[in-house]
Amino acid sequence: MAAPKMSVGKPTADRLPCNTTSFQKKSRSKLVSIPGTRPSIQNGQLIVSTGVTSLDYVIGGGLAVGTLLLIEEDRYDSYSRMLLKYFLAEGVVCGHELYVASALDHPNDILQELPAPILDDIASPKTEDQAKSCDPESQDAMKIAWRYQHLPKVQTALASSSRFGHYYDVSKTMDPEICQAARCHGFYLPEHSTAVTSPTATTPGQSPMPETYSSLLNNLQEVIHREGFDGTVPQTKSRNILRIGLHSLGSALWDDDLCCRENPSHGHALTTFLYGLRAMLRSSLSVAVVTVPSHLIQNRALMGNITRLCDTAIALESFRGSERETNPLYKDYHGLLDVRQLPYLNCLVCDLPDNKDLAFKLKRKQFSIERLHLPPDLSETVSRVSRGELTGTAILGSSGCGSGSTGNRHLDF
Amino acid sequence: MFAELNSILNTSPDSFKPGEFILVSDKHTDASFLIHHFLSFYLRAGCKVCFLGLVQSFSHYSAISQRLGVSLTQAREKGQLVFLEGLKESLGVLLQGEASKGTRTMDFLRDPSSGLRGLYDFVRDNVRGAVGGAEEWGPPVLLVDDLSVVLSLGVSVGAALDFSHYCRATVCSELQGSMVMLVRCEAEEEEESDDEGSERLLRGLIHQCSLTLQVQGLPTGYCRDIHGQVEVCWRGQCDKQQAQKKLFQYKVHDKGASFFARGMSSAVL
Repeated sequence: MAAPKMSVGKPTADRLPCNTTSFQKKSRSKLVSIPGTRPSIQNGQLIVSTGVTSLDYVIGGGLAVGTLLLIEEDRYDSYSRMLLKYFLAEGVVCGHELYVASALDHPNDILQELPAPILDDIASPKTEDQAKSCDPESQDAMKIAWRYQHLPKVQTALASSSRFGHYYDVSKTMDPEICQAARCHGFYLPEHSTAVTSPTATTPGQSPMPETYSSLLNNLQEVIHREGFDGTVPQTKSRNILRIGLHSLGSALWDDDLCCRENPSHGHALTTFLYGLRAMLRSSLSVAVVTVPSHLIQNRALMGNITRLCDTAIALESFRGSERETNPLYKDYHGLLDVRQLPYLNCLVCDLPDNKDLAFKLKRKQFSIERLHLPPDLSETVSRVSRGELTGTAILGSSGCGSGSTGNRHLDF
Repeated sequence: MFAELNSILNTSPDSFKPGEFILVSDKHTDASFLIHHFLSFYLRAGCKVCFLGLVQSFSHYSAISQRLGVSLTQAREKGQLVFLEGLKESLGVLLQGEASKGTRTMDFLRDPSSGLRGLYDFVRDNVRGAVGGAEEWGPPVLLVDDLSVVLSLGVSVGAALDFSHYCRATVCSELQGSMVMLVRCEAEEEEESDDEGSERLLRGLIHQCSLTLQVQGLPTGYCRDIHGQVEVCWRGQCDKQQAQKKLFQYKVHDKGASFFARGMSSAVL
């Protein structure tokens, strides 16, 4: 174990360059200042935003650097994909590096679909000086509106914003120039599976991880090492965060039959991969979001194992396509959100939420997560009718030609 | 070290029973705060501790132990603590696993059917060193956090039970030391068609141990002020006739945990 000497209790600044294996937050030492991150209020951990400010609040302020967020997908993978895009868009806005792995869509396609950030229209004085000094002709151009010459120009470029979370407009996609300014690494499985040669001398039955996961793990380690996110190696250039987005792990496209059978032959493939991913995250300046189609996994115990190997876990259940979509009780929301697990990192207790019934709604400019509250019963007859209607439709739907529904309170002759 | 738990268990760092196998288990909650308690307890008692940290990094335990008043880095430097960082060792095995590189401790990642032999060898080498060593540490202690993760990585229940049996024979019987293991279960209400791995592991370990602490969430649901309940069960020893059971509720704070009888939470009174 090559752990360099760590400072026992003294916040000496000269130890910082070799403070490598445990960049994960000692509350007494000087903080590394990386754009887009801030120390957590609860325990001083370095956290980043997920891109959705309401989700940040629900999981305790944000995602801690070095941890893994598991999103259990909803049935049509619409909202979980949206959350992944928010996460990547936040990385672009903050200037972090991105790593996207997918077996279904090419990572470039995912990156082109990122939502556009809603930028402030307040100009910084820096751009104003630059405008005055380097384009004199634009000043001459304002002949009619000369009164407004001295006002600062509207800033359209993406300045380094010091705000923690941002808002995005899902009806527009991100400007390609902004997107290209960020460094992105992609892992598209069909490209990699042809390039990888057969494993050397190990029979496939022995190793618990199929080739797909091990090539992903190797590629990720190579990127981390090459781009300088590795915490164990002292770095000279300024630090940055690597945001890792892994789409739909555990699905059949990753050569994993976890979602196909009740007793999968590679039952431990995904858990072994997550263990290796956890090891990699703990020793590097990166944060990962993984989506898993948990509604396809039939063995609930396996899902429990997967959840315990991740740090933060949330599950999405959308109402689309189910009978709850037309239920008047849920008309304000798009689905339910369940926080399955919150991590205890470097502390005995985390800030537990006081309410676990949460519902989400995707609005144009905000993904809002709220406490699920039922509309108030205004009067007795109103509530009775609505309940009677619900039970009535349910019974009629099942029996087909019921002459009188048994749940009907009103006596009809 | 939690003072209330010490009084419940009738132990203190100055006087504790040798040769104990303590099993900590949880269902739908996280009992790792008890592992931190035992770690700081045995370090304060001056024992030589061998810690298998398979799920978290060293800095995590170090930061929490700092709050409980024990410095893990100092203990490691002095030789009182031997810490196996499972995560760090695993990377060398999982990435393009070369058989020659590194120790064989985490070999079960490369080949789960081979069992936990490498892990047991690590334990045996580091626990025996205490007996003939230069420093006078107390009886050796083995702490495992947590054993059920090897089940998720493909190791069979039988191999895990063999490992705990071998460790118990070495640490508890031969060297008169103590052992603390954490097992995390995922209990479902209905019976699984194939006997669920962690349940079998738990049953096997309960049979082997002398003291169990079973941590669960509250049966009535989620509560912010009471984090769960702990059932302490002393298994019948030769001098006692029957097993003794006690039930407490607990709440975890920043610097410790408080235990109270059912219904006596300060939030309720």
